[in-house]
Amino acid sequence: MAEKSVEILLVEDNPNDVELTLLALKDNNLTNPIHVVRDGAEALEFIFATGAYADRQNAEKPRVILLDLKLPKVDGLEVLRQIKANPHTRAIPVVALTSSREECDIVESYNLGVNSYITKPVDFDQFTHAVRTLGLYWLLLNQPPVM
Amino acid sequence: MEERPVEILLVEDNPNDVELALHALKKNNIANRIEVVRDGAEALEFIFATGAYARRSIDHVPKVILLDLKLPKVDGLEVLRQIKADPRTRAIPVVALTSSREERDIVESYNLGVNSYITKPVDFDQFTQAVRTLGMYWLLLNQPPRL
Repeated sequence: MAEKSVEILLVEDNPNDVELTLLALKDNNLTNPIHVVRDGAEALEFIFATGAYADRQNAEKPRVILLDLKLPKVDGLEVLRQIKANPHTRAIPVVALTSSREECDIVESYNLGVNSYITKPVDFDQFTHAVRTLGLYWLLLNQPPVM
Repeated sequence: MEERPVEILLVEDNPNDVELALHALKKNNIANRIEVVRDGAEALEFIFATGAYARRSIDHVPKVILLDLKLPKVDGLEVLRQIKADPRTRAIPVVALTSSREERDIVESYNLGVNSYITKPVDFDQFTQAVRTLGMYWLLLNQPPRL
């Protein structure tokens, strides 16, 4: 059985933020296949095709990973570190999408090689607008790595 | 004299592309403080505050560097390599903005740590739209590192 193609991997444990993000993408006709994982351990299994995702060994890499930083089980920064430390996954664009405005998170993310860092707007409309813009940018404008 | 930090560093040797990009950015009030350099050697002098730019402060980093890859004197990939190899400049977002669709340029750029890779649309309107979208993304949405 062919594994499902996934273009956006959303790593987010907050159900409200998941719902809002999916809604914002759909409202803007960004219907690219999206997969949601709710903690850092599941994110790593998906990305490295292990555990519950062992059947994804030959699957195409997502065009972008939207990564919350405050996650259960494995922290978002550790997920980022592992993605960027592995030659097979290093080139996947990773966007930190987080409520953290702490300078140490911002600096550490860039040092680990995050492609972009976006602080979640608190306002509903601004959040929707931010998700739309980042969806357009990473799905339509950015040239993904050939992997 | 106090210098105001540059928002965008545009590294581009093609005068037509420079004019188009400046037009697209200024028309939409996305950025006013744009510095243009025309070859890779001048780009490095600006970024590392040496040579003709020795009086600049290296701490005044742009919010984004738009980098053509085919450049006189020093190649764009070498400019990218030096930016991402130096802890003082590694965190600056670098977007490759290039006419190259060659797979090895794409792969090499991502391996060197480019934040995003955009192929220049040939069509005038699409080029303007692409520059506007990337300007809005990197100046308004992305949280730059405070270096």
